[in-house]
Amino acid sequence: MHEMSIAQSILDIIKQEMEKRGLTKLIRVKIKHGRLTNTVPEALETCFMALTVKTPLESAVFELEEVPALYRCFNCGREFSPDDTSRLLIPCPGCNEEFGHTVLAGKELFIEYIEAE
Amino acid sequence: MKVSVIRNVLEANDRLAQELKDLMARRGILSLNLMSSPGAGKTSLLERTLADLRGEFKMAVIEGDLQTDNDARRVAATGAQAVQINTEGGCHLNSSMILEALKQLDLDGLDILFIENVGNLVCPAEFDVGEDYKVTLLSVAEGDDKPEKYPLMFNISAVSLLNKIDLLPYVDFDMKRAEGFMRALNKDIEVLPVSCRTGEGLDAWYAWLRAKRAAKKPA
Repeated sequence: MHEMSIAQSILDIIKQEMEKRGLTKLIRVKIKHGRLTNTVPEALETCFMALTVKTPLESAVFELEEVPALYRCFNCGREFSPDDTSRLLIPCPGCNEEFGHTVLAGKELFIEYIEAE
Repeated sequence: MKVSVIRNVLEANDRLAQELKDLMARRGILSLNLMSSPGAGKTSLLERTLADLRGEFKMAVIEGDLQTDNDARRVAATGAQAVQINTEGGCHLNSSMILEALKQLDLDGLDILFIENVGNLVCPAEFDVGEDYKVTLLSVAEGDDKPEKYPLMFNISAVSLLNKIDLLPYVDFDMKRAEGFMRALNKDIEVLPVSCRTGEGLDAWYAWLRAKRAAKKPA
Protein backbone atom coordinates (compact mmCIF):
# COMPACT_ATOMS: atom_id res chain seq x y z
CA MET A 1 0.00 0.00 0.00
CA HIS A 2 2.57 2.58 -1.04
CA GLU A 3 -0.12 5.20 -1.70
CA MET A 4 -0.11 5.79 2.07
CA SER A 5 3.59 6.76 2.02
CA ILE A 6 2.93 9.06 -0.93
CA ALA A 7 -0.08 10.66 0.79
CA GLN A 8 2.01 11.22 3.92
CA SER A 9 4.76 12.89 1.85
CA ILE A 10 2.17 15.12 0.15
CA LEU A 11 0.79 16.09 3.52
CA ASP A 12 4.25 16.91 4.91
CA ILE A 13 4.99 19.22 1.98
CA ILE A 14 1.59 20.96 2.23
CA LYS A 15 2.08 21.58 5.95
CA GLN A 16 5.53 23.09 5.31
CA GLU A 17 4.22 25.35 2.55
CA MET A 18 1.25 26.52 4.65
CA GLU A 19 3.37 27.16 7.72
CA LYS A 20 5.85 29.21 5.67
CA ARG A 21 3.01 31.57 4.68
CA GLY A 22 0.98 31.49 7.88
CA LEU A 23 -1.98 29.74 6.21
CA THR A 24 -4.23 27.51 8.29
CA LYS A 25 -7.09 26.26 6.13
CA LEU A 26 -6.49 24.15 3.05
CA ILE A 27 -9.03 24.57 0.27
CA ARG A 28 -7.54 22.68 -2.65
CA VAL A 29 -4.45 20.72 -3.60
CA LYS A 30 -3.48 19.83 -7.14
CA ILE A 31 -1.25 16.82 -7.80
CA LYS A 32 0.22 15.80 -11.14
CA HIS A 33 1.06 12.13 -11.51
CA GLY A 34 2.74 10.51 -14.47
CA ARG A 35 1.07 7.61 -16.25
CA LEU A 36 4.09 5.42 -15.51
CA THR A 37 4.29 6.00 -11.75
CA ASN A 38 1.70 3.32 -10.97
CA THR A 39 -0.20 5.75 -8.79
CA VAL A 40 -3.77 4.63 -8.22
CA PRO A 41 -5.73 7.92 -7.98
CA GLU A 42 -8.63 6.52 -5.93
CA ALA A 43 -6.27 4.88 -3.43
CA LEU A 44 -4.18 8.04 -3.10
CA GLU A 45 -7.25 10.19 -2.50
CA THR A 46 -8.58 7.76 0.12
CA CYS A 47 -5.23 7.79 1.94
CA PHE A 48 -5.10 11.58 1.88
CA MET A 49 -8.62 11.78 3.31
CA ALA A 50 -7.74 9.25 6.01
CA LEU A 51 -4.67 11.25 7.04
CA THR A 52 -6.45 14.61 7.17
CA VAL A 53 -9.75 13.67 8.84
CA LYS A 54 -10.45 15.88 11.88
CA THR A 55 -7.47 18.14 11.09
CA PRO A 56 -7.46 21.71 9.69
CA LEU A 57 -6.65 20.17 6.31
CA GLU A 58 -9.88 18.19 6.26
CA SER A 59 -12.42 18.72 3.47
CA ALA A 60 -9.92 20.18 1.02
CA VAL A 61 -10.48 19.35 -2.65
CA PHE A 62 -7.92 16.78 -3.73
CA GLU A 63 -7.37 17.17 -7.45
CA LEU A 64 -5.31 14.74 -9.50
CA GLU A 65 -4.18 15.17 -13.08
CA GLU A 66 -2.51 12.41 -15.00
CA VAL A 67 0.53 13.24 -17.18
CA PRO A 68 0.50 11.01 -20.28
CA ALA A 69 3.50 8.88 -21.15
CA LEU A 70 5.79 10.26 -23.86
CA TYR A 71 8.47 8.15 -25.50
CA ARG A 72 11.33 8.76 -27.92
CA CYS A 73 11.84 5.86 -30.30
CA PHE A 74 15.08 3.93 -29.85
CA ASN A 75 15.41 3.44 -33.61
CA CYS A 76 14.13 6.52 -35.48
CA GLY A 77 13.99 9.12 -32.68
CA ARG A 78 10.33 9.96 -33.24
CA GLU A 79 8.45 11.14 -30.16
CA PHE A 80 5.09 9.51 -29.51
CA SER A 81 2.48 9.07 -26.82
CA PRO A 82 0.81 5.65 -26.92
CA ASP A 83 -2.88 5.31 -25.97
CA ASP A 84 -2.30 2.07 -24.15
CA THR A 85 0.75 2.07 -21.89
CA SER A 86 -0.32 -1.13 -20.15
CA ARG A 87 1.12 -3.10 -23.05
CA LEU A 88 4.68 -4.25 -22.72
CA LEU A 89 5.77 -3.80 -26.31
CA ILE A 90 4.89 -0.37 -27.59
CA PRO A 91 5.56 -0.15 -31.33
CA CYS A 92 6.73 3.20 -32.64
CA PRO A 93 4.09 4.64 -35.00
CA GLY A 94 6.91 5.70 -37.34
CA CYS A 95 9.04 2.60 -37.73
CA ASN A 96 7.40 -0.12 -35.60
CA GLU A 97 10.43 -0.49 -33.35
CA GLU A 98 9.26 -2.08 -30.09
CA PHE A 99 12.36 -2.04 -27.91
CA GLY A 100 14.39 0.38 -25.86
CA HIS A 101 12.42 3.63 -26.14
CA THR A 102 13.47 6.52 -23.90
CA VAL A 103 10.83 7.77 -21.49
CA LEU A 104 10.48 11.56 -21.86
CA ALA A 105 7.42 12.04 -19.67
CA GLY A 106 5.12 10.00 -17.47
CA LYS A 107 7.29 9.48 -14.41
CA GLU A 108 6.35 12.76 -12.69
CA LEU A 109 4.80 12.91 -9.25
CA PHE A 110 4.57 16.40 -7.84
CA ILE A 111 2.36 18.96 -6.13
CA GLU A 112 1.55 21.71 -8.63
CA TYR A 113 -0.19 24.16 -6.31
CA ILE A 114 -2.28 24.51 -3.18
CA GLU A 115 -5.08 26.91 -2.39
CA ALA A 116 -5.29 27.89 1.24
CA GLU A 117 -6.20 30.77 3.52
CA MET B 1 -4.72 32.28 -1.86
CA LYS B 2 -3.22 30.11 -4.54
CA VAL B 3 0.35 29.00 -3.91
CA SER B 4 2.46 27.49 -6.65
CA VAL B 5 4.36 24.62 -5.06
CA ILE B 6 5.96 22.39 -7.75
CA ARG B 7 7.64 20.06 -5.30
CA ASN B 8 8.38 16.43 -5.97
CA VAL B 9 6.21 14.33 -3.67
CA LEU B 10 9.02 11.91 -2.89
CA GLU B 11 11.65 14.62 -2.42
CA ALA B 12 12.20 13.76 1.25
CA ASN B 13 13.05 10.15 0.37
CA ASP B 14 15.14 11.21 -2.61
CA ARG B 15 17.15 13.60 -0.43
CA LEU B 16 17.90 10.88 2.12
CA ALA B 17 18.73 8.45 -0.69
CA GLN B 18 21.29 10.95 -1.96
CA GLU B 19 22.77 11.21 1.54
CA LEU B 20 23.11 7.44 1.61
CA LYS B 21 24.72 7.44 -1.84
CA ASP B 22 27.24 10.05 -0.72
CA LEU B 23 28.07 8.09 2.41
CA MET B 24 28.59 4.86 0.44
CA ALA B 25 30.70 6.71 -2.15
CA ARG B 26 32.96 8.20 0.55
CA ARG B 27 33.47 4.77 2.07
CA GLY B 28 33.69 2.95 -1.24
CA ILE B 29 30.94 0.49 -0.31
CA LEU B 30 28.95 -1.21 -3.08
CA SER B 31 25.27 -1.01 -2.09
CA LEU B 32 22.67 -3.31 -3.66
CA ASN B 33 18.89 -3.27 -3.34
CA LEU B 34 17.61 -6.83 -3.60
CA MET B 35 13.96 -7.15 -4.61
CA SER B 36 11.51 -9.90 -5.56
CA SER B 37 8.18 -11.46 -4.64
CA PRO B 38 8.08 -13.31 -1.31
CA GLY B 39 9.70 -16.72 -1.66
CA ALA B 40 11.72 -16.08 -4.82
CA GLY B 41 14.96 -16.78 -2.95
CA LYS B 42 16.46 -13.47 -1.82
CA THR B 43 17.59 -14.81 1.54
CA SER B 44 18.83 -18.09 0.03
CA LEU B 45 20.88 -16.11 -2.49
CA LEU B 46 22.37 -14.09 0.34
CA GLU B 47 23.17 -17.19 2.39
CA ARG B 48 25.06 -18.69 -0.54
CA THR B 49 26.80 -15.46 -1.49
CA LEU B 50 27.86 -14.57 2.05
CA ALA B 51 29.24 -18.05 2.62
CA ASP B 52 30.96 -18.45 -0.76
CA LEU B 53 32.59 -15.00 -0.85
CA ARG B 54 33.36 -14.81 2.86
CA GLY B 55 37.13 -14.89 2.33
CA GLU B 56 36.99 -12.33 -0.44
CA PHE B 57 34.76 -9.49 0.75
CA LYS B 58 33.51 -8.00 3.98
CA MET B 59 29.74 -7.93 3.59
CA ALA B 60 26.73 -6.81 5.63
CA VAL B 61 22.99 -7.20 5.21
CA ILE B 62 19.97 -5.08 6.06
CA GLU B 63 16.87 -7.28 6.12
CA GLY B 64 13.40 -5.84 5.54
CA ASP B 65 10.29 -7.81 6.50
CA LEU B 66 6.86 -7.06 7.86
CA GLN B 67 7.53 -9.22 10.93
CA THR B 68 10.13 -11.54 12.52
CA ASP B 69 13.92 -11.50 12.54
CA ASN B 70 14.11 -14.95 10.87
CA ASP B 71 16.02 -13.64 7.85
CA ALA B 72 18.57 -11.66 9.85
CA ARG B 73 19.26 -14.77 11.92
CA ARG B 74 19.64 -16.88 8.75
CA VAL B 75 22.19 -14.59 7.15
CA ALA B 76 23.99 -13.88 10.45
CA ALA B 77 24.65 -17.62 10.68
CA THR B 78 27.14 -17.14 7.81
CA GLY B 79 29.14 -14.79 10.05
CA ALA B 80 28.12 -11.60 8.25
CA GLN B 81 26.74 -8.57 10.08
CA ALA B 82 22.97 -8.39 9.80
CA VAL B 83 20.32 -5.91 10.92
CA GLN B 84 16.61 -6.61 10.76
CA ILE B 85 14.03 -3.93 9.99
CA ASN B 86 10.38 -4.78 10.68
CA THR B 87 8.08 -2.53 8.71
CA GLU B 88 5.01 -3.64 10.74
CA GLY B 89 2.82 -3.82 7.64
CA GLY B 90 4.75 -1.37 5.44
CA CYS B 91 5.14 -2.75 1.92
CA HIS B 92 8.63 -1.39 1.15
CA LEU B 93 11.83 -0.04 2.68
CA ASN B 94 12.67 3.63 2.35
CA SER B 95 15.84 5.63 2.86
CA SER B 96 15.11 6.81 6.40
CA MET B 97 14.84 3.17 7.54
CA ILE B 98 18.21 2.37 5.97
CA LEU B 99 19.90 5.39 7.60
CA GLU B 100 18.56 4.22 10.96
CA ALA B 101 19.68 0.61 10.40
CA LEU B 102 23.18 1.70 9.35
CA LYS B 103 23.77 3.00 12.88
CA GLN B 104 23.84 -0.62 14.01
CA LEU B 105 26.44 -1.68 11.43
CA ASP B 106 30.20 -1.37 11.52
CA LEU B 107 30.98 0.18 8.13
CA ASP B 108 34.77 0.12 8.53
CA GLY B 109 36.35 -1.89 5.74
CA LEU B 110 32.95 -2.98 4.44
CA ASP B 111 32.98 -3.97 0.74
CA ILE B 112 29.35 -4.76 -0.03
CA LEU B 113 26.06 -3.82 1.64
CA PHE B 114 23.04 -5.92 0.65
CA ILE B 115 19.63 -4.44 1.33
CA GLU B 116 17.01 -7.19 1.17
CA ASN B 117 13.77 -5.38 0.52
CA VAL B 118 10.29 -6.48 1.61
CA GLY B 119 9.06 -9.33 -0.59
CA ASN B 120 6.88 -7.46 -3.08
CA LEU B 121 7.25 -7.02 -6.82
CA VAL B 122 5.41 -3.68 -6.86
CA CYS B 123 6.02 -0.96 -4.26
CA PRO B 124 9.77 -1.31 -3.52
CA ALA B 125 10.43 -0.34 -7.14
CA GLU B 126 9.18 3.19 -6.39
CA PHE B 127 11.47 3.98 -3.46
CA ASP B 128 15.17 4.57 -3.84
CA VAL B 129 17.25 3.44 -0.84
CA GLY B 130 20.53 4.98 -2.00
CA GLU B 131 21.67 1.83 -3.76
CA ASP B 132 24.17 1.61 -6.62
CA TYR B 133 22.11 -1.06 -8.38
CA LYS B 134 18.73 -2.68 -8.10
CA VAL B 135 18.86 -6.47 -8.28
CA THR B 136 15.65 -8.40 -8.98
CA LEU B 137 15.06 -12.09 -8.44
CA LEU B 138 12.38 -14.06 -10.24
CA SER B 139 11.95 -17.75 -9.51
CA VAL B 140 10.85 -20.04 -12.31
CA ALA B 141 7.98 -21.33 -10.15
CA GLU B 142 6.36 -17.89 -10.35
CA GLY B 143 5.78 -17.97 -14.12
CA ASP B 144 7.49 -16.44 -17.12
CA ASP B 145 4.85 -13.71 -17.52
CA LYS B 146 5.81 -11.81 -14.36
CA PRO B 147 8.08 -9.23 -16.06
CA GLU B 148 5.14 -8.38 -18.32
CA LYS B 149 2.75 -8.08 -15.37
CA TYR B 150 5.11 -6.13 -13.07
CA PRO B 151 7.13 -4.13 -15.59
CA LEU B 152 8.56 -1.32 -13.47
CA MET B 153 10.64 -3.62 -11.30
CA PHE B 154 12.43 -5.08 -14.32
CA ASN B 155 12.62 -1.77 -16.11
CA ILE B 156 14.80 -0.24 -13.40
CA SER B 157 16.92 -3.27 -12.40
CA ALA B 158 20.52 -3.60 -13.55
CA VAL B 159 20.49 -7.35 -13.19
CA SER B 160 17.80 -10.00 -12.83
CA LEU B 161 18.51 -13.46 -11.46
CA LEU B 162 16.21 -16.23 -12.66
CA ASN B 163 16.31 -18.48 -9.61
CA LYS B 164 15.34 -22.11 -8.97
CA ILE B 165 16.36 -23.33 -12.44
CA ASP B 166 16.70 -26.79 -10.87
CA LEU B 167 12.86 -26.80 -10.98
CA LEU B 168 12.67 -26.17 -14.74
CA PRO B 169 11.78 -29.80 -15.58
CA TYR B 170 8.71 -29.55 -13.35
CA VAL B 171 7.28 -26.15 -14.28
CA ASP B 172 6.09 -24.53 -17.51
CA PHE B 173 8.56 -21.71 -17.55
CA ASP B 174 9.94 -20.51 -20.87
CA MET B 175 13.36 -18.96 -20.18
CA LYS B 176 13.49 -17.25 -23.58
CA ARG B 177 10.05 -15.73 -23.09
CA ALA B 178 10.91 -14.35 -19.63
CA GLU B 179 14.23 -13.00 -20.85
CA GLY B 180 12.55 -11.48 -23.91
CA PHE B 181 10.07 -9.58 -21.73
CA MET B 182 12.90 -8.33 -19.53
CA ARG B 183 14.94 -7.08 -22.46
CA ALA B 184 11.93 -5.38 -24.02
CA LEU B 185 11.51 -3.45 -20.77
CA ASN B 186 15.19 -2.78 -20.28
CA LYS B 187 17.61 -3.40 -23.13
CA ASP B 188 20.62 -3.22 -20.79
CA ILE B 189 19.43 -5.68 -18.14
CA GLU B 190 21.71 -8.62 -17.36
CA VAL B 191 19.81 -11.87 -16.97
CA LEU B 192 21.49 -14.59 -14.91
CA PRO B 193 19.88 -18.04 -14.57
CA VAL B 194 20.81 -19.54 -11.18
CA SER B 195 19.87 -22.13 -8.63
CA CYS B 196 20.62 -21.14 -5.05
CA ARG B 197 19.87 -24.74 -4.08
CA THR B 198 22.38 -26.49 -6.36
CA GLY B 199 24.72 -23.53 -6.87
CA GLU B 200 24.36 -23.67 -10.66
CA GLY B 201 24.99 -20.32 -12.36
CA LEU B 202 26.17 -18.56 -9.21
CA ASP B 203 29.64 -18.04 -10.68
CA ALA B 204 28.17 -15.53 -13.14
CA TRP B 205 26.52 -13.69 -10.23
CA TYR B 206 29.80 -13.63 -8.32
CA ALA B 207 31.60 -12.33 -11.41
CA TRP B 208 29.01 -9.54 -11.65
CA LEU B 209 29.55 -8.68 -7.97
CA ARG B 210 33.34 -8.65 -8.36
CA ALA B 211 33.17 -6.36 -11.41
CA LYS B 212 30.80 -3.88 -9.73
CA ARG B 213 32.80 -4.01 -6.51
CA ALA B 214 36.05 -3.27 -8.35
CA ALA B 215 34.44 -0.34 -10.16
CA LYS B 216 33.18 1.14 -6.90
CA LYS B 217 36.35 0.91 -4.85
CA PRO B 218 37.86 4.36 -4.21
CA ALA B 219 41.33 4.89 -5.65
